[in-house]
Amino acid sequence: MPDIQSKAKRKGLITGFLTKWASIIALVVVFAFFAIKMPAMFLTSSNMITILRAISVTTIIAIGLTITLAVGGFDLSSGSMATMSGSLVISFFVWYKMSMWEAIPLAIILTMGLTLVTMFLIVKCKIPDLLATLAMMFTLDGVSLTYSGGGAVSEGMPRANGAETFGKIPKMFKDMGQAPTIIIIMIVIVVVIHIFLTYTKYGRYIYAVGGNKEAARLSGIPVKNYRVFAGMLAAVFIGLGGILVASRNMSAQIQGAAGYAMPAISAVFIGRSVAGADKPNAFGTFIGASLVGILENGLIMMSVPYYSLNAVKGVVLAFALASTYYSSKGEN
Amino acid sequence: MAESVRTLEMKNISIEFPGVKALSNVNFSMRSGEIRAVVGANGAGKSTLMKVLAGANETYTGDILIDSKPCEIRNPRSAKDLGIELVYQEVDTALFPYLSVAENIMFNNIVTGMKGRALIHWKGINKAAREILDRLHMDIDVTRKMSSLSLAQKQMVLIARAVRERCRFLILDEPTAPLSLGEVAELFRITKELASRENVGIIFISHRLPELFEICQSLTVMKDGQVVANKSVDGSLTTQEIVNLMLGRSFEENFPKRKVAIGETLVEAEHLADEEGKVRDVSFTVRSGEIVGVCGLVGAGKTELCKLLFGAGGMRSGSLRCRGKSIKVRNPTQAVRQKIALVPEERRKEGVLVSEPVYFNLSAACLDKFTNRFSFVQRRKELENAKKLVADLGVKTPSVFQRVRYLSGGNQQKVAVGKWLASDSDFYMLDEPTKGVDVGAKRDIFQLIQKLAADGKAVLYASSEINEILAITDRVYVMYNGRFAAELVTEKTSEEEILYYAAGGKK
Ligand SMILES: Nc1ncnc2c1ncn2[C@@H]1O[C@H](COP(=O)(O)OP(=O)(O)OP(=O)(O)O)[C@@H](O)[C@H]1O
Ligand SMILES: [Mg+2]
Repeated sequence: MPDIQSKAKRKGLITGFLTKWASIIALVVVFAFFAIKMPAMFLTSSNMITILRAISVTTIIAIGLTITLAVGGFDLSSGSMATMSGSLVISFFVWYKMSMWEAIPLAIILTMGLTLVTMFLIVKCKIPDLLATLAMMFTLDGVSLTYSGGGAVSEGMPRANGAETFGKIPKMFKDMGQAPTIIIIMIVIVVVIHIFLTYTKYGRYIYAVGGNKEAARLSGIPVKNYRVFAGMLAAVFIGLGGILVASRNMSAQIQGAAGYAMPAISAVFIGRSVAGADKPNAFGTFIGASLVGILENGLIMMSVPYYSLNAVKGVVLAFALASTYYSSKGEN
Repeated sequence: MAESVRTLEMKNISIEFPGVKALSNVNFSMRSGEIRAVVGANGAGKSTLMKVLAGANETYTGDILIDSKPCEIRNPRSAKDLGIELVYQEVDTALFPYLSVAENIMFNNIVTGMKGRALIHWKGINKAAREILDRLHMDIDVTRKMSSLSLAQKQMVLIARAVRERCRFLILDEPTAPLSLGEVAELFRITKELASRENVGIIFISHRLPELFEICQSLTVMKDGQVVANKSVDGSLTTQEIVNLMLGRSFEENFPKRKVAIGETLVEAEHLADEEGKVRDVSFTVRSGEIVGVCGLVGAGKTELCKLLFGAGGMRSGSLRCRGKSIKVRNPTQAVRQKIALVPEERRKEGVLVSEPVYFNLSAACLDKFTNRFSFVQRRKELENAKKLVADLGVKTPSVFQRVRYLSGGNQQKVAVGKWLASDSDFYMLDEPTKGVDVGAKRDIFQLIQKLAADGKAVLYASSEINEILAITDRVYVMYNGRFAAELVTEKTSEEEILYYAAGGKK
């Protein structure tokens, strides 16, 4: 009998340890696996930079989602929102000949404006986040295609009505999406948001609202304001993510950023448990995005066809969700 | 229904959580047909021990024997199979609000007893549920939606469900804390009947010591994760003795009332009414330094009144003045800005953030005090405050970094109270602040409330516990059915008088 008991106790300790560090262990294991399997291809400095660059966009969009999830919300529309922002910024350059200093802020402000619509649906109309953002996802897909005239937007390409375009995409804009700039942008954002969420009053209130809306309200925290505020802040990063996608493509593609939504959500959920935080947090999100990014990079190298990658992403998301919800089974 | 006596023994039960040795070598035994109380200070390990029995703490070490046969209880299923049922204090977690009473009682039967049938046999289910309720003399309509029942009725449904599942040992964890006197009497009647007629062994946890004498035959006292005494409840046992055992020191239960100079009128409310008719035409005043009680049975409207004043309920009419100035409180944020504080009644739902640590909770209501001008939280200040409150209130926790979820029920309540003590409010409303806290802690809370009054704050103390109202307030409004039925000076009133008005008596 003591055998069973010490086993039970050990099991408790082991699961405790695993839930805390599982994400980081997984990250190391996946990395090691690819490094051993394909040292010549995977373990090169240029590939490391490729990975970091790929992680950057996912991380930045996922940071937006981190804030949304921290306040107790959810967002299915981040991919469509980011695509919209990308279309806007490229069209500003190409169609309206704006400069970087006009185009980027304007695109982000418009993204925030669209997010305000989402927040209206959620906070005022009281639609559950999941459903409101599902509706927004379809709406935005349609709106961005309509805006761009049903196709991609790039330099020198005539508009849907045949009008010629003369605007140029600035070189500086291209640099934004290249290493090292994009990597630096990502690191700065992760650090700043980590500090913001952990050490400032606003971060505190965001977590308080996410933890228990009623208790937060009865603590005098203006819950609705904070939900809207968090949504606006998230929109900045989702918008920026879309802009970076556009910068890397040097064009606005149809559904250009749609592929980032799922990995970004996975990243937040994978990151939740990092170091026992047990809530969406910026550093964890970065770890999560890295795991997803390395996995994707390695699998492509192992010649897993592009069209099969979605299956992998889906499985990763399922694992991340399972780790979050399974370890919280004891609460009620 | 003469069944053989069954015995339950727990030997050398220990369990450890990170940083906390919650139980160490606990021995506990009882038999069917017995009603045994388990008492102890907050965090003594009562709930943890009971969760072991119910299979909710699977990492325990030690032996459990039923009828002298060793058995492993590593999950709720095996506890149920052995006939052990635990009714948690948070009854809502165990019920299906949108199903009927009958469905809730018969739930397991519905799930497992369908055997290839696809349609629910309504008549049969309602009939079977009614039979159980009749057997226990519970008067509840089985077709009602669960969500429309009162808390006491929900508890009864849970007990009925437990009985249906051929339960041999029934654990009630602080069942009386949220009940009114009449409801407690009803619960006791049912409990006694279960023990004597159905031969169920009942474990009864409560912080209201006097009521134990009414219902229990024996008593186990726990302290710091250990059993310190087993007593039989007979004429010779006194409350004082139990308290001394619980706290490990002699303890004077009588609370000395401090005299505080009462100042000018601070809060004035006139003709308050809410949208749902739970508060009707309530007017009152509270002066600085004064502790005013609002006493009434459960359901009289005390909670609704507090929420209304805090901007958390729909105000229909009425006016509120603070320091002579008319103020509008449309939401809790405005209330806090007007220096009004509310310690709400339901701690887990409204009072604390269970997934956040203790220090986070203790500064949640007044974070501005701990931030610099760039809105950064000043950690040192914040932690100092948290440590001080934890010491003042005697919150039992390994550190201020512990998540509130892992504190015992009474200690969570202390955090819910403590979080408002740090705020510099003028007007404090406390809604049943001592629910589920032990006698020692109750005294600490009383002392802190007195200190607020001594600092010139106005305090509104809402409670259904008349002895608390008598112990701490200067003046008391008795509430009945949404109205203030009487205003009494505490020194010149008595338990009988308050009860008379609380039960609907007229002047
Ligand atoms: N899951 C857990 N993780 C960490 N500590 C825990 C956990 N559950 C209980 N504890 C700790 O174990 C101790 C005993 O808690 P328990 O809930 O049994 O107290 P209690 O006697 O029921 O008190 P109360 O009268 O306040 O309900 C407490 O110090 C509590 O903080
Ligand atoms: Mg308890």
